[in-house]
Amino acid sequence: MSLPVFIFLLPALSSFICLFCIIFKNNKVAQNISSFFLSIASILSIYCYTKISDYTGTYELYDWLNIGVNKLSFSIFYDPLTAIMFFVVNTVSALVHIFSIGYMSNDAYKARFFCYLSLFTFAMLILVSADNFLQLFLGWEGVGLCSYLLIGYYFSKPSAGSAALKAFLVNRVGDFGYLIAIALIYNSFQSLNFNDVFAQAELLLGNSIYFLGTEVNLLTTITMFLFIAAMGKSAQIGLHVWLPDAMEGPTPVSALIHAATMVTAGIFLVARCSPLFELTEFTLSFITYVGIVTCIFAASVALMQDDIKKIIAYSTCSQLGYMFFACGISAYSLGIFHLVTHAFFKALLFLSAGSVIHVCHHEQNIKKMGGLYKKIPITYFLIILGSLALMGVPPFSGYYSKDLILEYAYSLHNLEGNLVYYLGCLGAIMTSIYSARLLYLTFHGKTNLNLKRFSEVKEAPKVMLFPVLILSIGAIFSGIYFYEIVKYNTFWNNSIYFKENINFVESAHHIPFFYKALPIITALLFSIMVFIYFNKLSNLIKINSNLFKMLATFLKRKWYFDEIYNFIFVKKLSNLAIILWHFFDQKIIDGVGPKGLSNKIYSSSKYLKDFQNGKIFSYATYMILGVILFFSLIFVNY
Amino acid sequence: MVSFPILSSIIITPLIGAIIALFVKGEEKAISKNLRELALWTSLVELVLVIILIIQFDYNNSAFQFIEKKGILNKFSISYHLGVDAISLIFILLTTFLFPFCFFYTKLSIKFRTREFVIAMLFLEALTIGVFCSLDIVLFYIFFESLLIPMFLIIGIWGGKNRIFSSFKFFLYTLAGSVFFLISIIFMAYTSNTTSIVELDNYYFDVYIQKWLWFGMFLSFAIKVPMWPFHTWLPDAHVEAPTIGSMILAGILLKVGGFAFLRISLPILPEASSYFSTFVVFLSAIAVVYTSLVAFAQTDIKKLIAYSSVAHMGYVTAGIFSLTEIGIQGSLFQMISHGIVSAGLFLSIGILYERTGSRILKDYNLLIKSMPIFSVLFIILVLSSVGLPGTSGFIGELLVVLGIFKNFLIFGIFVSTGIILGAIYMMSLVRKIIFTIDKDIIETALIDLKGLEISLMLCLVAFTLLLGLYPNIILGFTEISTINLLTNFK
Repeated sequence: MSLPVFIFLLPALSSFICLFCIIFKNNKVAQNISSFFLSIASILSIYCYTKISDYTGTYELYDWLNIGVNKLSFSIFYDPLTAIMFFVVNTVSALVHIFSIGYMSNDAYKARFFCYLSLFTFAMLILVSADNFLQLFLGWEGVGLCSYLLIGYYFSKPSAGSAALKAFLVNRVGDFGYLIAIALIYNSFQSLNFNDVFAQAELLLGNSIYFLGTEVNLLTTITMFLFIAAMGKSAQIGLHVWLPDAMEGPTPVSALIHAATMVTAGIFLVARCSPLFELTEFTLSFITYVGIVTCIFAASVALMQDDIKKIIAYSTCSQLGYMFFACGISAYSLGIFHLVTHAFFKALLFLSAGSVIHVCHHEQNIKKMGGLYKKIPITYFLIILGSLALMGVPPFSGYYSKDLILEYAYSLHNLEGNLVYYLGCLGAIMTSIYSARLLYLTFHGKTNLNLKRFSEVKEAPKVMLFPVLILSIGAIFSGIYFYEIVKYNTFWNNSIYFKENINFVESAHHIPFFYKALPIITALLFSIMVFIYFNKLSNLIKINSNLFKMLATFLKRKWYFDEIYNFIFVKKLSNLAIILWHFFDQKIIDGVGPKGLSNKIYSSSKYLKDFQNGKIFSYATYMILGVILFFSLIFVNY
Repeated sequence: MVSFPILSSIIITPLIGAIIALFVKGEEKAISKNLRELALWTSLVELVLVIILIIQFDYNNSAFQFIEKKGILNKFSISYHLGVDAISLIFILLTTFLFPFCFFYTKLSIKFRTREFVIAMLFLEALTIGVFCSLDIVLFYIFFESLLIPMFLIIGIWGGKNRIFSSFKFFLYTLAGSVFFLISIIFMAYTSNTTSIVELDNYYFDVYIQKWLWFGMFLSFAIKVPMWPFHTWLPDAHVEAPTIGSMILAGILLKVGGFAFLRISLPILPEASSYFSTFVVFLSAIAVVYTSLVAFAQTDIKKLIAYSSVAHMGYVTAGIFSLTEIGIQGSLFQMISHGIVSAGLFLSIGILYERTGSRILKDYNLLIKSMPIFSVLFIILVLSSVGLPGTSGFIGELLVVLGIFKNFLIFGIFVSTGIILGAIYMMSLVRKIIFTIDKDIIETALIDLKGLEISLMLCLVAFTLLLGLYPNIILGFTEISTINLLTNFK
């Protein structure tokens, strides 16, 4: 068995073993085995990644679905893009597994938890190693299912149940887009294999289809539907509503699924299908705008949230916006680069937040924390690291990926590029504000925990600190390390489409120094201002203007997305359902059909019944009438 | 070709079992046990016979095989004419596969009149298989319509409180459609002088006549499927039917309508079929969207599943009338998948009903705590029902959607919304009964599955996963027959 196949099967095996652990109620074995297996998978995928040229290729497992002459196989398509994803997914997953040993130590059903985690990892590997649209869909829905199960992990909590359901349904809207996209692809390309589709894409450039009475470009339609799918999974504006609610799940889950891996599947999809997207300008600019809007929207909402996990969740949403607009300006590899660094620093932030929550006995409101830095210095230090990486301060990883995107956008010198650059800077400013606010309210100032609890706070156990430390190495060095690789487009070996052999690093180099420094300096400046404000000024300056209050509520209520959706989709839809059932099904169909018919027959038989009243006089009358009728008909005919 | 009349023996075996059942004697308890075993063994023998049939079957040959022909009424050239192709064979396999499940479950479900029940079921099995192998249209009609009688009895005798109303609604509804089928058959027999389906396939009817014939038969088949707006008998019938009745009704009887489209409408009346294809796909798209919404409003679990069946059959009819190879393959697959999944879902509801005597959603809460094994298996069945990749439900829906998109883009999009709408009602169901919606509700403490129940559920779940991961077992088998079916549509 070749190495990538082995890596691929490890999480499946781990999940399978955990299944037996559930049956035999053995939590210890489950946690140890799964962490061990995933660690091996992680080490091996790093090894494979370094020897990428030796392992590139397609490893077929079996024929999954034959449609006519088309064979869709279940296989591992190992190319540089997949290799990077294997690396990230397995590494973060392994660390999260280890972290969970500590975090879930009081849980009686741990085996179930580890089973889901490993299953998730497996599904994610299926997704990233697909060589056709169908296998990608299998992984796509597989990760969605695991996310559903893990969000609803605390099943006796009603809020967890509804969050899980919401996540599943919103993701299904995306899946609906995916299904339509593959139906269109199959009917125009006669194939669902990536190679066939991408090879033919340019031939179908001018083709159009009739859609809702208008003629639209085929490729644009396909890519738009694909992007709807990506929006669902990657929580872009409109379909983002599930992600903040998904924080109902245990924190390690949020780190793995809702920050590092699953939510980036949308970026992966766009990057994988870059030969298609590249041909459609309309979709590309749509992606850019959606990315920008999401980036600003999510960052603004994060400013006013009090739940530590929700802040990080909205931050994830906003960072995904960065990755998308990178793809939108055809810099797919930069999107993937940011995906990688983000996976490390966001997982770091989430896991550290998890430690904080763990030591505060599941308190998540940052307004109820404060002053923790003396108690948990290591965690404090780690969160600062993560925040700096997130804000894009050099030399941490976020700096390399985020600034590269912004600089490259600026170097384009067109409307979209400038929009991306300036709004991206605005996003970066907001990022630094909410990060600083989170840091200050959690760790500085007077504590708002009650004294007994505060005195009980102590550093998390080693099994939880160790994985976070490893992640912090990633958060620091992944930027520099991958920067060297991204420099050369040759690394990608055609797994990502490049426009006219553009070198992003080169182009980014040529912009004026001022524009390079702007995002970093403003970010630092604003975070320092936030600290000063909270430290000194918050008691002096009270902002009382109505406008500000309105704005604050607007942000706190998350731009009223949930309220609007609830009204339209939940209320109206249930009303429609009841109307259809009671009125249409029971009154119209049954009323006209079976019930109406039987009533008609019954009532008309009443009339007929009256003819047979048993009186000879009436019978004689009918007979005479009949005879007269008969003869008159004969006479009329002649 | 084997000279042994294997198809006849497959039809007759359950009848022999039924006759033996008449003569089982002994003490009250012993009788019902013996009857159950008798029925079970009969159905297992049947399954073995069908497996032999499949092994002998040459699936590279698109012609009908194992043909048996004996004239009955030579004057009208009506004959006892049997034969199978791959399409009918997989339906026969589904039938013989599901019946043993039902007989296994009889022990827990049927408490009185076991003898009559077993006889009715065995008759039902024989008649269903008869439908699938008839090659004479009159014979087909006889089997097709006489299916009603045992099902009518099963609902009317072993059903719930409102069983009389439901069984009559079921009977009259379906019978009403068959009148038009009969008229069409008589007309076809007079104009073409033959009643053999094989010969009718090659007989050319005038296009105008085709349309009338097609429509007459459509009413009958559409009620059987059931298609929107002829579906209102199904929820009532399911709600009142005993668990086994529902399993058979959803698992097999609904497929008879789809099969009839494939065996009769498409090959005999190709021009009319393509003329009406838009109309049928339109109705199917409505069925998917409409019944999914209605299902969402249900408070009775069984009614919810019944409406979901209508939605899933919407995929089937849409796939058949997409008139593409992939669409028809998809609807075949969807029928098999739905047969297994809906049988499993109705079995699950039956298992709950045995424990509490209630089918109302609100009476269940937090089942995952008291019935973890049940919950896991139930969730997998639900996932298959909402078409999650990796389960059999996905393959059917996918292929159907791929097929529809070729000619009916807009309807394809409507049908695709089924994956959202289906998830809405099914996952809400899971949330309401398996998980919790409100802290204040006390959890329903029920005993988890016992040995027999586990093995039955597990087996159905295993098959949905198997078909989801190796769909080629079925697709490869039916490919040649499907292509052959479409040869008239060039």
